[in-house]
Amino acid sequence: MPEILDRFKDPAVARMLAEKLRKLDGETVSIMEVCGTHTMAIFRYGIRSLLPESIRLVSGPGCPVCVTPVSFIDAALQLCRSKDVIITTFGDLMKVPGTGSTLTDEKRNGADVRIVYSPLDALDIAAGEPAKKVVFLSVGFETTAPVCALAVLRAKELGLHNFCLLSANKTMPQAMKVIAGDEKSNIDGFLYPGHVCAIIGTSLAEEIAREYGVPGVVTGFEPLDVLHGIISLTELIRRKENTVLNEYKRVVREEGNPTALNRLYEVFEPCDAVWRGFGAIPASGLAVRAKYSEFDAWKVFGLHEEAGREPEGCMCPMVLTGRVTPDKCRLFGKQCTPESPVGACMVSSEGTCAAYYRYGDRK
Amino acid sequence: MNEFITLAHGSGGKPMHELVGSLFKKYLANDLLLEGDDSARLTVQSGRLAFSTDSYVISPIFFRGGNIGKLSVCGTVNDLSTSGAAPLYLSCGFIIEEGFRVSELEEIVASMAATAAECGAKVVTGDTKVVPKGAADKLFINTSGIGIIPSDIEISGKNARPGDKVIISGTLGDHGCAVLLDREKLGIKSDIQSDCAPLSGMVRQLIDGAGSVHVLRDPTRGGLATTLNEIAQQSGVTIRLNEAALPVRLDTQGICGMLGLDPLYLANEGKMVCIVGKESADSALSILRNHKYGRDAEIIGEITDLPGNKVYLETITGGSRILDMLQIDQLPRIC
Repeated sequence: MPEILDRFKDPAVARMLAEKLRKLDGETVSIMEVCGTHTMAIFRYGIRSLLPESIRLVSGPGCPVCVTPVSFIDAALQLCRSKDVIITTFGDLMKVPGTGSTLTDEKRNGADVRIVYSPLDALDIAAGEPAKKVVFLSVGFETTAPVCALAVLRAKELGLHNFCLLSANKTMPQAMKVIAGDEKSNIDGFLYPGHVCAIIGTSLAEEIAREYGVPGVVTGFEPLDVLHGIISLTELIRRKENTVLNEYKRVVREEGNPTALNRLYEVFEPCDAVWRGFGAIPASGLAVRAKYSEFDAWKVFGLHEEAGREPEGCMCPMVLTGRVTPDKCRLFGKQCTPESPVGACMVSSEGTCAAYYRYGDRK
Repeated sequence: MNEFITLAHGSGGKPMHELVGSLFKKYLANDLLLEGDDSARLTVQSGRLAFSTDSYVISPIFFRGGNIGKLSVCGTVNDLSTSGAAPLYLSCGFIIEEGFRVSELEEIVASMAATAAECGAKVVTGDTKVVPKGAADKLFINTSGIGIIPSDIEISGKNARPGDKVIISGTLGDHGCAVLLDREKLGIKSDIQSDCAPLSGMVRQLIDGAGSVHVLRDPTRGGLATTLNEIAQQSGVTIRLNEAALPVRLDTQGICGMLGLDPLYLANEGKMVCIVGKESADSALSILRNHKYGRDAEIIGEITDLPGNKVYLETITGGSRILDMLQIDQLPRIC
């Protein structure tokens, strides 16, 4: 696998594409890279410095940590203060500010909070600590949700009754439609994340091109993928072709991954969900189905999502919807830095503000 | 001897003397250590000394490619080497958690002895403390080292000059990746090994053979990116790196890709950043490549007089971006 990836980093081809991109002048276009992984790749490979004036890149809402509302963090904070609970989480959530505290603060004060790389690791912890309740903080889009579902299925199979998910999982389609239909965001085309499309297929992108008149390109995360994706999308927009190109065929099939989707919807069902920056979007979240309710931390602990308070002055909501760039926020780089983040977009390694801060906006 | 370390081994009494005799002296013995006084008396020639200290708290203490003992000698030897000094004398302090296996301690001390011998350094003084279970995590080691700097050598982080070339002595991020794999038990198959190695021999050859060596620094915690930023600030220069030339193993790239890590910020324990005059770059490169610890050396960038004292990465697309210092530790307890 690494050898294959290396071919998509070929410097000679990259420079050729970069040259083509640089010369791609014409009518001004605004492209939203939907996903945080694309945002990072664009910065990492210095692609912004190659863009002609007429191509504008806008970062989208596709970082799961960034769109997770304060209320979810507050629920996790409440749980971790209980002595018989072990919280397991992806590292990115550790520093996200809840109301008055973070998981890192709580850990320092003695809460048992452990970073895992997969929800399946949380199962191992549960098996080894039968006297404790092990809660996995389940965030992520269609890419992560199947593994979370798998963890529940396996817990059931193993008879592990001390494991559950606190789900804030989200799905892309409804949020994408909100952006595509938003007059203020002025997006001319979407660069779709290859890993989400690997699960859900290309039908969402097709629908948005057809119904909302916004074309798209599905692409991967290596430099050649991203460069070629931007070139193709710019050409589609300028030719006014409302279609979708799948440029990530080595991974994405039209129908997606039915096995993963079956697992996902065996355990989860769609629910309304609150997105940071967007508010409540109908049918855009994933809740654990009633038949697996013993693995649903919301039910097991009788938790309710209370409306959390956004930090004062934080413009994360505007950043997430592509209405402003991070440097327009007056907290950016001053009160809000990766070491001491105010908003979620600065916390996550894939957050737009963190990317702007780390790599500098040279465009 | 007992199978496990007990509090009595740190008490200063008979059990401690037995441990020192049967284990530490067995492996680390030399004329100076065996004198047995509370301080070692060292005779040195005239000139300048390099003096450095470091503490090692790595978890896990045994990892692919090394252990905390080998690491604790390499780390201090390499720090001495960055000023061009030949390492001569080392101290080592052990803080051991009660219940630690004596056989593991023996393996660790044996590898310290082998590593010190490889670079011609002697452990001349030491200390052992045992703390109750839970008061430390298995074993912590502190080492300090003294070396002699040859009179005509002036190597410092402040000596980078516009036009100089930046060389790295081998692949980046191996140590960080190896420790990560062993610690997190991610179930990823890879033959990656920590690069943990004492570089004093290689550095000696470089200084003797290459002429104008201006800066040496080992990119440990914070990785290459952080080290170069330190040099840029210390020397008041801007560094331009060529991404396509950066040596990174394919499996490191793959693992970093999966976990969202950047090899340029991962720790190395057997690599040297060498900044040399432009005219010396080719000979420096070939000297490094002829040494067993420098086979994958590459010229990766140059020093410029651009303003800002920053590090820029010219990416493989031909684009350019800032390469900042490490913001948040990607992986704690890596050394």
